Amino acid sequence: MSTEQAPATTGEGSVRDEALAAAVRPRRFGAWYVAEHRLRSMRAYGGTIVIGGIGQPLLYLLGIGLGLAAFLDQPVASGAHGPVSYLWFVAPALMASAAIGVALDEFTYAVLEGFKWRRLFWAMNASPVSPDQIATGLVIAVVGRMGFVVVAYGVLVVLFGATGSVLGALLTPVVAVLGGLAFGLPLLAYSASIKEETGQFAVVQRFIFTPLFLFSGTFYPLATLPIWLQPIGWVSPVWHAAEVGRALSYGSPPGAWPMWAHLLVLVAMAAGGWVVGRRVFVRRLR
Amino acid sequence: MADVWVGSPRVLAVNPVIEARALTKTYGELVAVGGIDLQVAPGESFGLLGPNGAGKSTTMRMIGAVSQRTSGTLSVLGLDPDTHGPEIRSRLGVVPQEDNLDTELTVRDNLIVYGRYFGIPRAACARRADELLDFAELADKAKVKVDALSGGMKRRLTIARALINEPAVLMLDEPTTGLDPQARHVLWDRLFRLKERGTTLVVTTHYMDEAEQLCDRLVVVDHGRIMAEGSPAELIRTYSTREVLELRFGSSRNAQAAVDLADLAERIEVLPDRVLLYAEDGEAVLAQVRSRGLDPTTSLVRRSSLEDVFLRLTGRSLIE
Repeated sequence: MSTEQAPATTGEGSVRDEALAAAVRPRRFGAWYVAEHRLRSMRAYGGTIVIGGIGQPLLYLLGIGLGLAAFLDQPVASGAHGPVSYLWFVAPALMASAAIGVALDEFTYAVLEGFKWRRLFWAMNASPVSPDQIATGLVIAVVGRMGFVVVAYGVLVVLFGATGSVLGALLTPVVAVLGGLAFGLPLLAYSASIKEETGQFAVVQRFIFTPLFLFSGTFYPLATLPIWLQPIGWVSPVWHAAEVGRALSYGSPPGAWPMWAHLLVLVAMAAGGWVVGRRVFVRRLR
Repeated sequence: MADVWVGSPRVLAVNPVIEARALTKTYGELVAVGGIDLQVAPGESFGLLGPNGAGKSTTMRMIGAVSQRTSGTLSVLGLDPDTHGPEIRSRLGVVPQEDNLDTELTVRDNLIVYGRYFGIPRAACARRADELLDFAELADKAKVKVDALSGGMKRRLTIARALINEPAVLMLDEPTTGLDPQARHVLWDRLFRLKERGTTLVVTTHYMDEAEQLCDRLVVVDHGRIMAEGSPAELIRTYSTREVLELRFGSSRNAQAAVDLADLAERIEVLPDRVLLYAEDGEAVLAQVRSRGLDPTTSLVRRSSLEDVFLRLTGRSLIE
């Protein structure tokens, strides 16, 4: 190409060289700039995030640990050292649900705001940042918020004595975030494909999230349910994340499924949602 | 003196910052842009004038490296948008048709956050944001949330945002649509200052007065094709007469009056509400109209404008 040899001092040569140099950082860090913007925007509702992040686990742990648990005569599960407390049982499931709650917040209306209502993604799109970096940046910011929520949860879980091991206390938040992404990334892909919001998100909340929360062996072992209801748990990130968290906390392998199978389902759901979601972003913005 | 725009619209003295040949964009059967050729020289203020749906915004999106062309060649800043999208976008400033500011952030934070997308360090973003707020006359609104701004202020903020990376080319898609006359003039003044500083401007508009105000050179676009090209004065000279006589006889009599007056003007256009007579000397024609005993309800002699050029080229008004 003749322009390749053009000396840098001519008009085009210099603007061309400037352009080549200017895109180096955005090509590398674009997703982080998007995440930085999202986190800055979250400060607008930072109070809600902090109060919700601490208040919700506090209420659940108090209500269940001091209230519901007192009525239980038979142990809900057994670990390496015999029967475990009810709080040990519910804490990993509640933590995963909290991470999923963040996904419900951030991967629904906020996505439509970006594409449609405030068209923020189009502004980012006109900058050197590319559509897949926009999607990645969004996810980074949401993982940041999830991280805050599950760590706050983890601290309260330890204070309430709701975990059986140090390993459980350290790793359950990580598994909860994985659970949040296993639910959140397919949701992101779906939200990004919506052109007109006509109540789809309310449907997701009521008819997908709520059943998953109730029928995922959150408050009692999944096996308690009749067999025809158990498949809800098998496809539920809450159940898989909870089972892994429990195994870590009790120090014994999980019940029905092996550990790797739970992790595989979570990773597959997250990865599938991620691949489709990025594609939807690229198609919509290009 | 190489960086000077010389004479004929199709010959440029230096490498153009934007060059398109047979540029085409189709969506299935629909041809949005049907093979256009254009060149923009550094420092030039270039316009795309045409009605809504003419393919202006699609052309802008292709130049802005956010929409892939279907065929033809396109070079922006000497680079191909298909392979160097981020490179091109990092040196462009884009003012979209619809404001897409972050209403959750303050005016100043909008600029800072946007500067970060170009990889500009935070401190430099902050410094530049303050300069741009002065330029956009928004310094006293720095800490205000965007929602509290008027339409004209939002547009100025969007322009300030587009300048955060000190772009080689500023692209404005319908910059003053929806603004009141006063806000439009404030905006034009700011854009004019940029032009004076040598910023290359690419503007789309369906307002002829805006095109006349801002553009050194423009193309008239309709149905995805370029109908004519030149400076506003050249276009008027080529496609219209010096003056236009506008007559109103009442909607039922306009058509008949046009027949009666056909020999008085170089060209006649009958619009639903008035008759336009194109002539070098409008007053002289008006005197002849009167001498024939025809008595229009209103008459107006004015200079030809780009509106007349567009009417001549397409048979339609710009704003319908």
